[in-house]
Amino acid sequence: MSSHAQNTHSDGHLTPQGYRSTRLPDAKLMMWIFLASDCMFFGSLIGTYLIYKNRSLEGPFPADVLDIPVTTVSSFVLLMSSFLMVLALHSLRTDNIPRFRLWTFGVAFFGSIFLGFQVFEFSAFVSEGLTIQQNLFGTTFFTLTGTHGIHVTVGVLWLLAFLIRSFVHPTSSKDAVYLEVAGLYWHFVDIIWIVIFTVLYLIEFV
Amino acid sequence: MPIRKWLRRAVPLAGLGLLLTACDLSGPQSIFEPAGPVAQEQLDLFIFTYWLSWGVLVLVVGVLIYAMIRYRRGKRDDIPPQTHGNLPLEIAWTILPTLIVIAVAVPTVRTTFRTEQQVVPTEGDVVINVVGYQWWWRFEYPDLGFVTANEIHIPVGARVIFNMTSADVLHALWLPKLGGKRDAIPNQNNQMWLQADEPGLYFGQCAELCLGAHAYMRVRAVAETQEDFDAWVAGFQNLEPQALQADPLIERGRQLFAQKGCTNCHTIDNYADGFTVGDPDFPNLTNFGLRTSLAAGVLDNTPENLARWLRDPQEVKPTNYMPTLWETDDPNRDEEIEAIVAYLLSLGTEDAVQAEASFMGGTDGN
Amino acid sequence: MAIREPVEAPGADIGMLSRPRVRGGWLSWLTTVDHKRLGILYIVTSFIFMGFASIEAFLIRLQLARPEQQLLNPDVYNQMFTMHGVTMVFLAIMPLGIGFGNYFMPLMIGARDLAFPRLNAFGYWLYAFGALFIYTSFIFGDAPDVGWFAYSPLTSLSNNPGTGVDYYMIGLFISGIGTLVTGMNLIVTIFNMRAPGMTLMRMPVFVWMILITSFLIVFAFPPLTIALFQVIMDRTFGALFYVPAAGALPILWQHLFWIFGHPEVYIIILPAFGVISEVIPTFSRKPLFGYPVVILSGIFIGFMGFAVWGHHLFTTGMGAIANTAFALTSFVIGVPTGVKVFNWLGTLWGGRIWFTTSMLYAIAFLVTFTLGGITGIMLAMPPFDAQAQDSYFVVAHFHFVMGGGALLSFLAGLYYWFPKLTGKMLPEAVGKVAFAFTVIGFYLAFFPQHFSGLMGQPRRTQTYAEGLGLEIWNMLSTIGTFVMAVGFMLILASVIWAFRNGKKAGNDPWDGRTLEWATTSPPVYYNFPKQPVVNDRDAFWVQKYPESVHGERVPEEASKPYDEHGIHIPAASWYPFIGAVAIFLGSYAVLYKSWLLALVLLGVLIFAVFGWAFEGISGYHVDPDEEAESASTGTGY
Repeated sequence: MSSHAQNTHSDGHLTPQGYRSTRLPDAKLMMWIFLASDCMFFGSLIGTYLIYKNRSLEGPFPADVLDIPVTTVSSFVLLMSSFLMVLALHSLRTDNIPRFRLWTFGVAFFGSIFLGFQVFEFSAFVSEGLTIQQNLFGTTFFTLTGTHGIHVTVGVLWLLAFLIRSFVHPTSSKDAVYLEVAGLYWHFVDIIWIVIFTVLYLIEFV
Repeated sequence: MPIRKWLRRAVPLAGLGLLLTACDLSGPQSIFEPAGPVAQEQLDLFIFTYWLSWGVLVLVVGVLIYAMIRYRRGKRDDIPPQTHGNLPLEIAWTILPTLIVIAVAVPTVRTTFRTEQQVVPTEGDVVINVVGYQWWWRFEYPDLGFVTANEIHIPVGARVIFNMTSADVLHALWLPKLGGKRDAIPNQNNQMWLQADEPGLYFGQCAELCLGAHAYMRVRAVAETQEDFDAWVAGFQNLEPQALQADPLIERGRQLFAQKGCTNCHTIDNYADGFTVGDPDFPNLTNFGLRTSLAAGVLDNTPENLARWLRDPQEVKPTNYMPTLWETDDPNRDEEIEAIVAYLLSLGTEDAVQAEASFMGGTDGN
Repeated sequence: MAIREPVEAPGADIGMLSRPRVRGGWLSWLTTVDHKRLGILYIVTSFIFMGFASIEAFLIRLQLARPEQQLLNPDVYNQMFTMHGVTMVFLAIMPLGIGFGNYFMPLMIGARDLAFPRLNAFGYWLYAFGALFIYTSFIFGDAPDVGWFAYSPLTSLSNNPGTGVDYYMIGLFISGIGTLVTGMNLIVTIFNMRAPGMTLMRMPVFVWMILITSFLIVFAFPPLTIALFQVIMDRTFGALFYVPAAGALPILWQHLFWIFGHPEVYIIILPAFGVISEVIPTFSRKPLFGYPVVILSGIFIGFMGFAVWGHHLFTTGMGAIANTAFALTSFVIGVPTGVKVFNWLGTLWGGRIWFTTSMLYAIAFLVTFTLGGITGIMLAMPPFDAQAQDSYFVVAHFHFVMGGGALLSFLAGLYYWFPKLTGKMLPEAVGKVAFAFTVIGFYLAFFPQHFSGLMGQPRRTQTYAEGLGLEIWNMLSTIGTFVMAVGFMLILASVIWAFRNGKKAGNDPWDGRTLEWATTSPPVYYNFPKQPVVNDRDAFWVQKYPESVHGERVPEEASKPYDEHGIHIPAASWYPFIGAVAIFLGSYAVLYKSWLLALVLLGVLIFAVFGWAFEGISGYHVDPDEEAESASTGTGY
C-alpha cells in the first residue's frame, strides 16, 4: 500500500499535487460527477415537459410549429461535432498540434451552426405566436431547449478558449486530459440532445 | 457517586413527565376524542405505535443508562479490549427493527386502504364540493342544490364525501375529531370522506399555509340527526323571496345591505325576487342566521360579535379581504350596523324579532 | 519559514490579476483557498445565521406564548417562521456540516487540501452571498413569507406580488450552486486524495458520511435548482410553470421540492452521524462497533432517501396505493437508522466512558434522535399523518431530528474539535452547565409541541383560539426557548473566552483515534509535514497503541513528501471571490430587471472564469525537511 507513496509528475498525474488514490486525474473525476449531477438537471426539466405535455390551454401546440426536417439537420451537425471531438483529442494525444487546432475549431464551428439553427427555430416559433408566456408548451419547450443551448454555448466558449490558449501557451499531449474532460462534456451535451430530440420532437409525430 | 445521585433525582423527574403525558388531552380539536370511524381508526393506529415505541425507548435508554454507569471511566483508566463488532449481534439488531417495522406496516397498510381509498358515492352518502379561498370555505351540496360557506351540516351515521379543490392557493381542510385532513389544490380534485357517529359541533381549521389570515380560516361541522339535517336542507330549498320585511329595523338592514355595497360580493339567495346579487367567489350568506359562527369560524355568531366584525373586520381577523365600511367618526355607524346585524341574523330564522330584541339589550355601543 | 517561492506549476499564470500574496489581515480571508480557513468561515458564518434564526424563533415563541395575541401581525409572523426555517435548514445547519467536513475531512484522510481549492472558495462565497442576499430582503422590502418549502402557487406573482419570494428563489439558487460545487469537490477529494494505504474501508466514519452527503448533494440539489429556476422564470419572464390559470399543476413543485427535500434531511443528518461516530469511540476509548455495518447503513439511508419523498405529500391526494408505497419505503429507512443507534450503544458497551461536554451532547443526541426517529415512523403512517400533517406534531418531530439530532451532535463536534481548531480548550465546567440549559430547554421547548399538534394546533398559524387546551403547551414551549437561549449564550461566551484565554490544548487532548489529532493544534497551514501512511482503521490510534489492536506502527520513513518539491501550497486567488460578487450583484440586477447591469456583471463573471482558468494553480512549495522544526511549534495561519 505504501508502494505508491513515492509519486511525481512522471507517474502520469497531471496535477502537480502528487499522489492520487484512484490514479484518475482530479479533473476527469470531477467532470464525471458533474455530468451525473447534470443528468438530474435535465431529468427535472424533461420530467416537467412530459408532465405538462398536452396540458396547454391554447395554441400553438407542438404539432403546429415543430419542423422535423430542419431540426434533423441541426441534430446531425451536432452529432458530427462529436466525431470531430474524437479526432481533436486523438490529434492532441499524438502531439499533432495543427490537426488538433483544426478539429477543435471544427467542433466549435459545428456547435455554432447548431446554435444558429436554434436561434432560427426560436425566432420562427415566436413569429408563429409561441412564446414563453403563451402556453405551457412554450414555457417548458423554451426552458428545456434554452438550457441545452446554454450548455452548447458554454462548450463552444470552452473549446475556443482551449484553441486560443494553444497559440499563447505551448500545448502538448500533456494537456490532453483537459481536452478529454472538455470532450466528455461535449459528448454528454450531444447525448442529451438526442434525448430531447426524441422526447420533444419525434414523439409528437409517432 | 455523582451519577447515581443524579439518577436519584432524575427518576422522580421522569415520573413527573409521565404524569404530564397522562394529563388532560381533551379539547375541541383534539384527535384523542374521535367522533367517527375514520378518526377512530387513525387514533387506534397511533396508540398502537405509541405503545410499541415505549418498548423501543425503554430498550435504548435502558441500555444507554446501564452502559453509562457500568462503563464510566473511573479508576479503570486503561485501554479496554478494542472490539470491532459482533456478527450475531449485528444480525440480531437488524432483525429487531425489521420486525418492529413490519409490526407497524401491517396495520398501516390496512388502515390506509380503509380510510383513504377513493370511494364512489352511493345512496345515503352526502356529497359536498369544497372550494378553498383565502380565507374561507365554500361548501356546495350538489345533490341538494345549494351553496353555503364555512359551516357544514351533516347527518349522523352517513358517509360524507368531500370533493375538494382550491380557487387560489393551497388550503387543507382539517376536522380532527371526524377524520383528518386533505389538501385543496388548484387544478386538482381531491377526495376525502368521513363520518360522524355522535351529534355535535365539531371544530376544524385550515392546515396548509395560505398566507395572511391563515390562522383565522376555521371551519365548523354540525352533525345532527337525519330529521334536523333534513329541516336544515329544507331551509335552503324552500326560500321565500324577501320583498318587504315587516320589521322596520330588519327592512332598513336589508336596504343597507345593498347601499353599503355588501351585495357586490355576498350572495343571499332570497335577497330579492327576480334578480341575483353577489359574486360566487365570495361567501354566500343565505340563511346566515342559522350559522353558529362568523368570519370563517373565528367568532360565535352572536349579535355583539357580528357588530364587532362589521365595525372593524381587521381587528377580528387581521389581513382579511372584508372592507371596513364605516369611518370611525361616521355618526350613523352604530345605527346602521345595528340594522344590518338584525337583518343578517333574521336570515333563515323564524324568530327574527327575538334576535333583534337580544341585540338591543346586549349592545354596549363600542 | 523555509519557503521557496514561487515555484510555478507548468503552464500557469497567464493571469490578468496578480496573485494575492498577503498572508495575514482580513483581506487574505477574501482570497484564501485553504480548506481550514474556509472551514472556519463556513462554521462562523453558519453560527452567525443561526443567531439570526434564533432571534426569529424568539419572536415566534413570544407571539405564541398566549392565545390570541397580536405582537406580530400575520404578515410579519409569516416572514419570521419562513426565515427561521430557511435559515436553519439552508444557511445554518447544512453549512455547519459542510464546514466541519471542509476543515476536518482533509485532515482525517491525510490530504493537503481539497482537490480544487479555488472551487472550494467559490463554493463558500456563493453560499455566503446567497445567504446575505436572502437577508437583505429585510432591508429592501419584505422577507419571504411562504414557508421554507414555498409551496406553489403561494409563490406566483398574482398571489405574492412583493419581492420576498424573489429573494428566496434567487438566494437559494445561488447558494445551492455553491453547495453543489462544494459537494462535487468533496467527492473528488475523498476518492482521490486519501493517504497511501487508506482504503475506503479504512476511512474514518465522518469522512464516509461526508462522502455520502456529497453524493446526496450532487443528486438532490438539481431538482431544487430547477424548481427554483422555474419560479424565477415565472416571476421574472412571465413563464407559466406554476400559473394555475394556464393549466399548470401546483403539485409539481411539491414533488420537485421533496425529491430534493428528503435527501436534504440526510444531507443535514449524515454529517451529524459522522460526528457522533467519531465522538463516541474517542470518549469510550474503543473503535466504533460494527464499522462496516454503520457505513453500509449510511449508504442505504442515502439511497433510500430518494425513494421516500412522497411521505411529505400524504395529504395531497396521491391515493391509497401511492401513499402505501411511500409509507413502506419510509419504514424501511427505520431499520438502518435503528442499526446505527444500536452500534453506537455497542461502542459504549465495555468502554471507558469519559463524560466530557462533547460526550454529554453525543449521549443527549442518542436519546433525542431516537425520539425523533420514533415520531418519524409514526408520521410515515398515512392515516395518522392525515391527522398530524402540518400540525405542531410535525414541528416537534423535525426539531427533534434537526435540532436534537443534527444540532446537538454538531455541538458535540464543536466541543470535540475546538482544541484542534484553535489550540485552546473550551472550559468544561461552563460547558456542562450550558449543556444542561440547552438540553433541558430543548425538551421543554419541543416536547410539548407533540401534544399541542395532536390537540389541533396547525403549524404556521400566527395565533390559536382560546379554549382549545393549547395554552399550557405553548407557554411551556416559550419558556423552554428561553432556557435554551441561556445555554447558547453560555456556549457563545465560553467560545469567545476560550479563544483568547483558554487553557492550551496539546495536539491530542482526547487521546484521539484519527489522523487530525496527529498534527499540531491548530494544524500548520500545510497540514502534515509528510503525507501520512495508513495501514489500518483508526490510523492515529494504531500509531499510538499498536499492540491494543494487534496492529503495526507505520515506520517514520514510510511517510514520503507530498511531491518531489515538498508540499505544494496553492496560491490564493481573487477570481472565486470576484466571480461570486458578480453573481451576488447580478442577482439584484435580475430581481430588479436591470438588464444592462446584469449584462455587465455577466461580463465580469466570464472575466473571472477565464482569469481563473488561465491563471493556473500556481503557488509555492514548502520543504518538509527544512520545515520540520517550525512544524512542531505550529504557526497556524
